[in-house]
Amino acid sequence: MIGRMRRLDIWSLITFFIFAGYLIFLALPLFMLLIKSFFDGTTGEFSLAYFYKFFSKAYYMNAVWNSLKVTVCVTLLSILVAGPLAYIMTIAKIKGSGTVRILILISSMSAPFIGAYAWILLLGRNGVITNFIFDVFGFRMPDIYGFSGVLLVLTLQLSPLIFMYVSGALKNVDNSLMEAAESMNCTGLRKMWKILVPLITPTLLAGGLLVFMRAFADFGTPMLIGEGFRTVPVLIFNEFISEVGGDDGFAAAISVIVVLFATTVFLLQKFVANRKSYSMSALNPIEPKKLKGAANWAAHLYVYLFTILAMMPQTYVAYTSFQKTSGKIFVDGYSLGSYRAAFSKVGDSIYNTFMMAGITIIIITIAAVLIAYVTVKRKGAVANLLDTFTMLPYIVPGSILGIALLVTFNQEPLVLSGSAVILIIAFVIRRLPYTIRSSAAVLHQVNDSIEEAAISLGASTMRTFFKITVPMMISGVFAGAIISWISIITELSTSIILYTGNTRTMTVAVYTEVVRGNYGVAAALSTMLTVITVVSLLLFFKLSGKKEVTM
Amino acid sequence: MSVAISFRDIVKKYGDTTVIPELSLDIQKGEFFTLLGPSGCGKTTLLRMVAGFNSIEGGALTFNEKKMNDVAPGKRNIGMVFQNYAIFPHLNVAQNVAFGLENRKVTKADQQRRVSEILNTVQIDIYKNRMPKNLSGGQQQRVALARAIVINPDVLLMDEPLSNLDAQLRVDMRNAIKSIQREVGITTVYVTHDQEEAMAVSDRIAVMKSGVIQQVGAPRDIYQRPANLFVATFIGRTNVIDAVLEGDGAGGAAVIIGSNYILTMPALLSEAKPNESVAIKISVRPEEFVLSEDGTGLAGKVVNNVFLGLNTHLIVKLENGQEVEMIQQSASNVVTDIGQRVHLAILSGTINVYDASGERNLNRGSGL
Repeated sequence: MIGRMRRLDIWSLITFFIFAGYLIFLALPLFMLLIKSFFDGTTGEFSLAYFYKFFSKAYYMNAVWNSLKVTVCVTLLSILVAGPLAYIMTIAKIKGSGTVRILILISSMSAPFIGAYAWILLLGRNGVITNFIFDVFGFRMPDIYGFSGVLLVLTLQLSPLIFMYVSGALKNVDNSLMEAAESMNCTGLRKMWKILVPLITPTLLAGGLLVFMRAFADFGTPMLIGEGFRTVPVLIFNEFISEVGGDDGFAAAISVIVVLFATTVFLLQKFVANRKSYSMSALNPIEPKKLKGAANWAAHLYVYLFTILAMMPQTYVAYTSFQKTSGKIFVDGYSLGSYRAAFSKVGDSIYNTFMMAGITIIIITIAAVLIAYVTVKRKGAVANLLDTFTMLPYIVPGSILGIALLVTFNQEPLVLSGSAVILIIAFVIRRLPYTIRSSAAVLHQVNDSIEEAAISLGASTMRTFFKITVPMMISGVFAGAIISWISIITELSTSIILYTGNTRTMTVAVYTEVVRGNYGVAAALSTMLTVITVVSLLLFFKLSGKKEVTM
Repeated sequence: MSVAISFRDIVKKYGDTTVIPELSLDIQKGEFFTLLGPSGCGKTTLLRMVAGFNSIEGGALTFNEKKMNDVAPGKRNIGMVFQNYAIFPHLNVAQNVAFGLENRKVTKADQQRRVSEILNTVQIDIYKNRMPKNLSGGQQQRVALARAIVINPDVLLMDEPLSNLDAQLRVDMRNAIKSIQREVGITTVYVTHDQEEAMAVSDRIAVMKSGVIQQVGAPRDIYQRPANLFVATFIGRTNVIDAVLEGDGAGGAAVIIGSNYILTMPALLSEAKPNESVAIKISVRPEEFVLSEDGTGLAGKVVNNVFLGLNTHLIVKLENGQEVEMIQQSASNVVTDIGQRVHLAILSGTINVYDASGERNLNRGSGL
């Protein structure tokens, strides 16, 4: 119906530059990684030796098996835990449900490895709960390290994502669908299984994919709590970083396999989800009702228990940050000593985080506005390709992007390794999608005729964009930028690959302090991160007027 | 300053699909001209070609003989009112209306004067500091109209401007639009699928179907002498009845309907030779039936009657099984209950006669 005049204009130029940026900083590094994996590091000849080595040694296959086991278990467990949670919160009146939702959101926004280290403090060999139970009941809790620990930490960390996805979908289910089912004598569990589950299946798949990708790519958690439980990201990191026997080419080969695998999972999910998608919007959403008796108790217990478990790491870390320390050991009494130590020892990391995240967010905001506009309002082959590029960071794990950037930009003509620039580039590419999605969502609501009105009234393309389109998008842009911001300051897997002494970020500092056993300083830094996250979230709620976040 | 618009063999294509094949049309200066047709007939496409939002694949579009095909929308000096109003949500009423003036380098003082003048004309001056979200649909409509006219456009384009309003407001607004247009005297091209709205506002109407103009004319002409059966059924309500035409050899014609009802008509544009029978279709509007009291006319049975106050609509099932609609004035004292047998006579002076395909009106003086 609507035919747009195709003219070469300023937008073609903007599209070209964004495109060039993606080619240089995303496509080229990934391509370099591919090249590196197929050529011998010392002789420079084409060889499949790296792949042969990977697939022939039980040591490496073991890591693959571990990764698969953890990822699949975390995904299924998250759905099993968070699906019912979202259902209960939708149908039942829970006291303090607003607070519960915000707490669950906050818990999902922290860096996963902080959860790992907090759970070590709680349930580890010398953990508070472990010792408490030994003192009171006289027996040793089973070991938290290894598979079970990774599973616990990642499930608690990632199930909020499923919770938010499913909550959102349930909000779009019209209550009359439930009533129609009941009027046809389809009630209780049967109704849930026959009506509700099929309706939210696409959402479960989308949320499941997100959890799958994050669990698969997570590096910090298995590194800290895994204790010899090697997953693929750990393997890549060790191969790439370790001072003895580090091998770029081999790390590249593993990366290529991982990206291929992730892409397969991604496409498979898309294929299934497309066949099962419905568009829904509820005129009268399901209203939460007050449950009676035991059901009410059970519902409250389930919701509160989950919230407490999810918030436990951050709360306990915050608590320890105010504990007095003597050397590396916590002693009785409270003080701000850890904070003082944090500022004096790793104060530069706080400055670095704000400086780099600040620059990143400015670039992200501008780029997201332009990209959202191009992909929504200037549909075409180029815009579609651009859309695909912006999706890539969902499939490429952070550590792999870090390695790819490093192997590409540590030689002429463009040497960026060791600089803040390379970190900023990585952050922009990885965290841009949140802002793009949120900006594009608003833009989809803006009818084309608004711009046509401005143009018919004699405004130029640029004047229309800045005076009409941008002001209308701005709420979505800022909302997305805040989510990008939070995810930048809590980012570890790329920074750990790319940082040097001068560009250490807060998360890197937390990680290194935890590894060294400096729990006080780590706790102080983590708590600062949590506070920034909470403040940013509050700002997000204020700006967007929403009470939830789409990831 | 308004202009005459002319379309010469205009072609619109989307890829390989031709949406409008070689269309020609002239719109006079100062005229309120309506493009009317069912959805998908190409009326909005045509309007957007005038606005410059749709490209033109062939032919020439001119304003006062000046070719406009490749002039950018912003340079055509048009005012456009969109179906969804397209009010800028972040600007208040006065800022919305002033937007076009700002682009035209009008001085601040002049801007203010013209904005308040036009807000007066469309009667929303008391809302000038309101934000759009605090306006009703009708008020937003007036803002959109004010914003389009304040720049003194050569052409005012309106794309289904009333389709989002309630029935009553729609009637009020169309009267307001008509009187404002008359007051400012701009050439106006109006698109709608609502034939009653088109009749109410237009000086002339073009009825379109599948990218082709079926008929152009004043509302009265189109209603009374529709050029083909499509126009007859699209404009107003009508009953289409199969009939047979027999020439009487003396220039007159007899129309035979059913088995025993013969209408004598003045000369028709038919090739029927004397004493030869030709199949035809006649279009009888509900008000062109009368209940006959002497048993002449089409026999039938009342199957439904709907009392609407001013008049009563009767649905009558004819002997051949066809159901027809007629209007009986409420003042009539003939009782027509469901199931009652009646005879329907036809007022032959005003009905329209078409060839069997329905493409051609056989009444003399029927235009095309």
